[in-house]
Amino acid sequence: MTTKKTYERPIIKKLESNMPNKFGMRTIYEPMSHVEGKAVKDLIQQYGSPLFVISEKKIRKTFRAARQAFETRYPRVQFAWSYKTNYLDAVCKIYHQEGSWAEVVSGFEYDKAIRNGVEGSKIIFNGPDKSETDLRKAVTNNSLIHIDHLDELYMLQDIARNSGKRPRVAIRVNMDTGIHPIWDRFGFNYENGQAWDALNKIMFSGLMELVGLHTHIGTFMLSPAAYGVAASKLAHLAQSVLMKYNHEIKYIDMGGGFASKNTLKGSYLPGTDISPSIDDFAEAITSALMNSDYRPKNPPLLIIESGRALIDDAAWLLGSVLANKRLSDGRRSTILDVGVNILFTAFWYDHKITPAQSFTSYTEDTALYGPLCMNIDVVRESINMPLLNKGDQVVIHHVGAYNMTQWMQFITLRPKVVLIDEKEKVHVVRNNESLDTLIALENVPDHLVNFEL
Amino acid sequence: MKVKSNIAVSDNGFVFNPGSGESYTVNPVGLEMLNLLRKGHSHSEIIAAIQANYVADAAMIERDLLDFLEMMRQYRLMQHDDE
Repeated sequence: MTTKKTYERPIIKKLESNMPNKFGMRTIYEPMSHVEGKAVKDLIQQYGSPLFVISEKKIRKTFRAARQAFETRYPRVQFAWSYKTNYLDAVCKIYHQEGSWAEVVSGFEYDKAIRNGVEGSKIIFNGPDKSETDLRKAVTNNSLIHIDHLDELYMLQDIARNSGKRPRVAIRVNMDTGIHPIWDRFGFNYENGQAWDALNKIMFSGLMELVGLHTHIGTFMLSPAAYGVAASKLAHLAQSVLMKYNHEIKYIDMGGGFASKNTLKGSYLPGTDISPSIDDFAEAITSALMNSDYRPKNPPLLIIESGRALIDDAAWLLGSVLANKRLSDGRRSTILDVGVNILFTAFWYDHKITPAQSFTSYTEDTALYGPLCMNIDVVRESINMPLLNKGDQVVIHHVGAYNMTQWMQFITLRPKVVLIDEKEKVHVVRNNESLDTLIALENVPDHLVNFEL
Repeated sequence: MKVKSNIAVSDNGFVFNPGSGESYTVNPVGLEMLNLLRKGHSHSEIIAAIQANYVADAAMIERDLLDFLEMMRQYRLMQHDDE
C-alpha cells in the first residue's frame, strides 16, 4: 500500500523580472509551533481561539534590562508602570513586584492601582481628566499629581486651601524637541513661557509642594536625541526654580513613548532593525541630565514611565484561519478569527505573523482580514504568506501594548488572556466574555419586554 | 476552457508562455493538476486523481482546483474550447 502525500493547495505564481527591491526583506520561513515552551495547538485546544498569551519571563527579563540600562548610567532611577498600556491586574503586579510604581491617567486607573496594593505616595497621576473627587483622593493619599492645565491647578489650590493638606505636585511640560508633531495638547508649553508661569503660580501660592517636572514628548519615538533635548529643557526649568526660590526639584519624569520592535505602517525596514534600543534612550536622557546646568545638592530622581517598549514583545495573539478566498483582482485573501476588535494596533503596525504549523517554501501575496463584517477589519493589507488552509493556526507577534486595553467589544466577544509563568505553568488572567457578561449591564424597560413577530 | 496548447511545462514546475514571454512556477499539486488539464481530463477525474495521491477531501480539492483555474485564466494561460 502506498502512503499518500501531504496535500498543499495548488498555486501558480508569476516570476517577476524587475529590479530587486533593495528594501525587500526575506520572508522568514520558520513556523512558530510553540510559545514559551507550550504548543500553540494545545493552547488553542484548551483555551480557545483567538487567545492572548503573555510571558512572565519575558516581561521580567525586558524590565530588568531596561532598569539596568538606566541604573548603570544614572544614580537614582525609578520606573512607574504605565497602566494604560496594559492594566490587567496580573501584568501590573509583575511590574510592581519588580519595583515599579504606578502611572495612571484616570480615576478608574487610580482606583485599580490602589486596589492592586500600590501605596498612594507611589502613584503618579497624569492626564487631562482628573475630577475633583479624583484629586481629593490623590491629595489624601499623598500621590504625585502631575498638573495638566490651569483649571486643574486652580482646583488643586482650592482643595489644598479647604483641606489644609499640601498636595505634592509636578507640572507636565510640552516642548519642541525637534520632532513632529509636537504634543502640545498636554501640559504647559516650555518655549512660550506657560510652563514657567505655572511654576511661579505654584511657588507663589504656597499651597502646594512642587516636587517634580514631567514631560512625555510623543509616542513610538524613533529618535533618542529628542529625549536629550527634553531632559535638558526640564533641567533648565529646575535650575531656574532653584535660582529664584532656592527650592530643589526632587524628580525629573521623562515619561515614555520609547519605540518597541513593531513595524510602523509605511516603514521600509522592520522595527527589529530600526527601533533604537532602550540603552540608546537611556544614554540620551542620562547624558543630558548629567551634563545639564541643574546643580542641586542631591541629583533628582529620574522617573521613567515606559510602557510599550517593556511589554510589546512579551505577548502574542494566537488565531486560526476561518477561510480563504480570491479577491476580484486575483489577490489571495485569508480570513482569520483575529480582527481589529482585539488587535487594535493593526491600525498602526504591520504586525509580524507566523504560521504555527510546518509548510513548504511556496508563498503567495495575501491580504489578511479579520472576522468582522466591516470593511475596516484588515490585519495585514499585503503579506507574503505560506499557503494557509482553513483551520491552520497563526501567531501574531508584539501585541502586549495597548491591545488588551484598547480592544473593543464589537460584533463578537473578547477572548481569554493567559499568562505563562516562569515555570511554564499557564494561568488564565482574564476570562473570555460571554453573552451574560454583557447583558448584566443592560436593562430593558417593561413595555419593551414582549413582542410578536 | 482549456489550457493554451503552446504553454511549455517542465517536470519541476516551471511554466513558460511563448506568446507573452512570461514565466511562472507551480507547486507539486499545481503541477499535477496542470498536467492533467493539458491531457484533457475532466474536473471530476482530476479531483479523483489528486485524492488518490494526497491526504485531502474531495470538497477541498474541488475548491482549490477552481481557484487554480481562475488564476490560470487571470494569467491568460487558458483559452476557450473553440479557439
